[in-house]
Amino acid sequence: MSNHAHSESLELRVQFDTAEQQRDASTLGMWLFLVTEVMFFGGMFAAYTVYRNLYPEVFAICSSSLNAVLGAVNTCVLLLSSFTMVMAVRAGQLGQQKAIIWFLILTLLFGGIFLGVKAVEWKEKFDEHHIPGQAAFHLEGLQQADQGHAQLFFSLYFAMTGLHALHMVIGAGILLGLILHAKQGRYSASYYTPVDVAGLYWHFVDVIWIFLFPLLYLIDRHLGK
Amino acid sequence: MGNFQFLPEQASTLAPEVDHLLYFLVAVTVFFSVVIFSTIFYFAIRYRRRSANEMPDAHQAHNGYTLEIIWSVIPFGITLVMFTWGASVFFTASRPPKDALQIYAVGKRWMWKLEHVEGQREINELHIPVGRPVRLTMTSEDVIHSFFVPAFRTKQDVVPGRYTSTWFTPTKTGKYHLFCAEFCGTKHSGMVGWIYVMEPNDYQTWLSGGATEGSLAENGKKLFEQLACSNCHKDDTTGRCPPLPNLFGSQVKLAGGGTVKADEAYIRESILQPQAKVVAGYEPVMPTFQGLISEEQVLQLVEYVKSIGPKPGTGPADSGQNPAKKPSTAGSMPANR
Amino acid sequence: MDTAVAQERENYLNASHGLKSWLLTKDHKRIGLLYLFTITLFFFIGGAFATLIRIELLSPQGNMVSSETYNKLFTMHAVAMIFFFMIPSIPAVLGNFFLPIMIGARDLAFPKLNLLSWYLLVIGGAFSLFAMIAGGVDTGWTFYTPYSTTYSNSWVIATALGIFIAGFSSILTGLNFIVTVHRMRAPGMTWFRMPLFVWANYATSLIQVLGTPVLAVTIVLLFVERVFQLGIFDPARGGDPVLFQHLFWFYSHPAVYIMVLPGMGVISEIISTFSRKTVFGYAFIAFSSVAIAVLGFLVWGHHMFVSGQSLYASMVFSFLSYFVAIPSAIKVFNWTATLYKGSISYQTPMLYAFGFIGLFTIGGLTGLFLAALGMDIHVTDTYFVVAHFHYIMVGGTMMAYLGGMHFWWPKMTGRMYPEGWAKLSSLVIFLGFNLTFFPQFILGYLGMPRRYHLYPAEFQVLNVMSTAGASILAVGYAMPMIYFIWSLKYGKVAPMNPWGATGLEWRTASPPPVHNFEQTPIVTHEAYDYTSVPAEEIEVV
Repeated sequence: MSNHAHSESLELRVQFDTAEQQRDASTLGMWLFLVTEVMFFGGMFAAYTVYRNLYPEVFAICSSSLNAVLGAVNTCVLLLSSFTMVMAVRAGQLGQQKAIIWFLILTLLFGGIFLGVKAVEWKEKFDEHHIPGQAAFHLEGLQQADQGHAQLFFSLYFAMTGLHALHMVIGAGILLGLILHAKQGRYSASYYTPVDVAGLYWHFVDVIWIFLFPLLYLIDRHLGK
Repeated sequence: MGNFQFLPEQASTLAPEVDHLLYFLVAVTVFFSVVIFSTIFYFAIRYRRRSANEMPDAHQAHNGYTLEIIWSVIPFGITLVMFTWGASVFFTASRPPKDALQIYAVGKRWMWKLEHVEGQREINELHIPVGRPVRLTMTSEDVIHSFFVPAFRTKQDVVPGRYTSTWFTPTKTGKYHLFCAEFCGTKHSGMVGWIYVMEPNDYQTWLSGGATEGSLAENGKKLFEQLACSNCHKDDTTGRCPPLPNLFGSQVKLAGGGTVKADEAYIRESILQPQAKVVAGYEPVMPTFQGLISEEQVLQLVEYVKSIGPKPGTGPADSGQNPAKKPSTAGSMPANR
Repeated sequence: MDTAVAQERENYLNASHGLKSWLLTKDHKRIGLLYLFTITLFFFIGGAFATLIRIELLSPQGNMVSSETYNKLFTMHAVAMIFFFMIPSIPAVLGNFFLPIMIGARDLAFPKLNLLSWYLLVIGGAFSLFAMIAGGVDTGWTFYTPYSTTYSNSWVIATALGIFIAGFSSILTGLNFIVTVHRMRAPGMTWFRMPLFVWANYATSLIQVLGTPVLAVTIVLLFVERVFQLGIFDPARGGDPVLFQHLFWFYSHPAVYIMVLPGMGVISEIISTFSRKTVFGYAFIAFSSVAIAVLGFLVWGHHMFVSGQSLYASMVFSFLSYFVAIPSAIKVFNWTATLYKGSISYQTPMLYAFGFIGLFTIGGLTGLFLAALGMDIHVTDTYFVVAHFHYIMVGGTMMAYLGGMHFWWPKMTGRMYPEGWAKLSSLVIFLGFNLTFFPQFILGYLGMPRRYHLYPAEFQVLNVMSTAGASILAVGYAMPMIYFIWSLKYGKVAPMNPWGATGLEWRTASPPPVHNFEQTPIVTHEAYDYTSVPAEEIEVV
């Protein structure tokens, strides 16, 4: 392709006829990717539902051992980050290059806070011996026989929050790339598709958390007390 | 290799039913294959290209809604017959009759351990009488296995951590293959054995021959005392735990509402995970026996609880002699899945 | 590559040179060829395992390899063939190459993503190859728990990781195709003017995008379970081994349709071209692809009739399974009707198409046996199942793949393959295939379980027949490999439209220029309208 006559630019790649077609394609692509993500997390949610139904009491007690305050704080932080992401996209639409950069940095910052809080929570679990597979695993308030089922809960807790955090880390990487590109002045009112598409991804990760938080922290919490 | 066969021997009441279904399915397959192949063959010859730039008449219909409907609806009707027929055979194969002879099977890499309630234990061999329904309650000590007897046309996965069951009525004496049909590791193809179907009298002789260490229920009773279960499970309601006589087959009220039928799976669960379903009015004081006793010991305990059940069940002495008059409680259970 | 053509004009093969121009290419046609090399490699690896399996089964006592080795052989045969050959075969090679051309696009919507997909397949393949060389894996391709998580001492993790990575290749290819079909069609190329091959790949992509992520999460769970022993599938800790089967088959049943739907698309193209007739019931064939894709997600439980799932669940799954039969039957009947009053020629692709219809019909009808509950109890996990899915996968998909390769080879390379040899090999493959797999239906009904290294002596005759067939089949597969390579240098130069076909891919040069068309085509005709082909463009070979 290197010696081909078509001139290729970021704004219009050679396979597209119009900028609009290119933008539509990118957006549709991201939506489809998010569909695959829904299916991916859906498998996890299915497993969680099955075991929650098998051992409702144990799962309630496990839920109540989680730190709901930190969870709630994190939910707010993530919602804020979604807001700043929307503002970044808006700035893209208006072609305000400085504003794009600042809103992206804010989004990255909130994402960082979320991951920090998450790390604190995980550390807590580690100190309390709530790590599944650990020989010392013990959850207070449960019979010895149910410790195995509690391990199941924490397996799913770590798998789900871990995968969510992994998506956040990937999102942070994407934001970093966007910030660097924005600094080079690549985005304008006529071409801000990457910001737009990254926004979709970021909101999706946010929405996954909106499901995870009540499922893991809140449902039947009162029963565990 | 003289007598080449297309069908395995028919040695159970289920076998001819499955074979009749096979004949139907083969007939449908042959019919449609012949129709499709001969049509293609005919068209391919009749309408072969006669010159390189021949063009067929461009003005033919290339849509025929009537045709489309016909060749959707007719196959659909035929598949409905297949479904109904298949499901009805399956339904029979899933519902053991009440008077079935109870036998337990434990799969373990790479052998089948089979236990008669009278206490006879066999490895990779199973002796059963002809003409009497046999119900197997099975579990595995490690991975998933599958109990497969081609001559009986029966197969059931054997899953660790739960009971599954299958049943059959042998119709012909003889020696039949037993295979493990779910891949279970290195010697999967060595996890095979024989089913010996015997005349009822021969079966009785076989049962009484050979040293046994007491019936399953007797061993279960010994174990019940060794493990000090009897300290809490008294015969009356004075114990800290629920009394077990007359328990089997009854509906049990649970703490926190709801009832559960006291079947084999429930008793097994109550031994291994006592906290899972606590009886109403009792404290969850029972320790778990998970990892402390083997699946075979669990079976002995289950059989003991069954033996002190409400009806004269498959007790050690009278089992197999006049089965028709004494419906075993085991038979009243639905297929345990 | 071929100097004669190169001097005439620039095309995608000679536009740039050097290894780098291939490894960093964004051209969907070159990426299609990269896939072709990769999956051919895996086909021969999987084929080598199959050969060893068949030789071993000549004797019931198993005196060539140990049981441990045998278990690894059939596992690795399936892993190589399913995940690294069958699933990428038609979509990633022929789909990649022709889907954009057939809808008049210059490339796929995301060329870099397309290249990434290939690299993911290669990386995933490398992990699995590493596992095979390092000692192999012995769980069966189904990875049933708790055997795979607790008991197997083989390279489960490396293999599963390989499949996980290759899964993303499949997802991204599907995503790319869907966006391309939605957004990149040439002017005038309406949905109902698209060739049926494009429809079939579109339906396939839907499954890839919706199903493969569930496989991914299943592998993640398998991974954490095996590494950390968390008890998710371990009954001793409250886990449920059967849950794994549900998650696994939720992907792996639709995966069957990922493998066979594109093949059906190829057959539609070939049947129409070689009878010079519009496909009968175009809309029915198109929608039946989508119907199969959707219904395919509702029937996974028919793999689990004896697993201990509830009686009623089994009945529902059995019932729904019969619905999949209808769209499949519709396709077969419509293909047959297409021949009526056509102008039928027996070139190699058409022979493969006939072979496909025959073998797929038998494979599909025996699928009805397995969906019938009472019958399935007896034949599940026996050689009957082995025979059934080989009739679909090898008899169906492989025939379609080879048919498609012959059909489009002139376009891809600019050279004709030798027709006589090709006809001979298609016949050899057809005969070898039937001799290999038909006896297995009988073996299965007689009760020989699958995945058996040692077997009772009474099954030997049929096994020997099967092995004899396999050796014929192997010769059949070696032949195209040889004459395709031969044709690159010595084959006749291919004209633009050797078959007198209607698709847009036949309206551009053989091989096509870098951006497929000198000018973006404007579509004014329905698909398969043979009156639209200018007579001077047809040079029937």
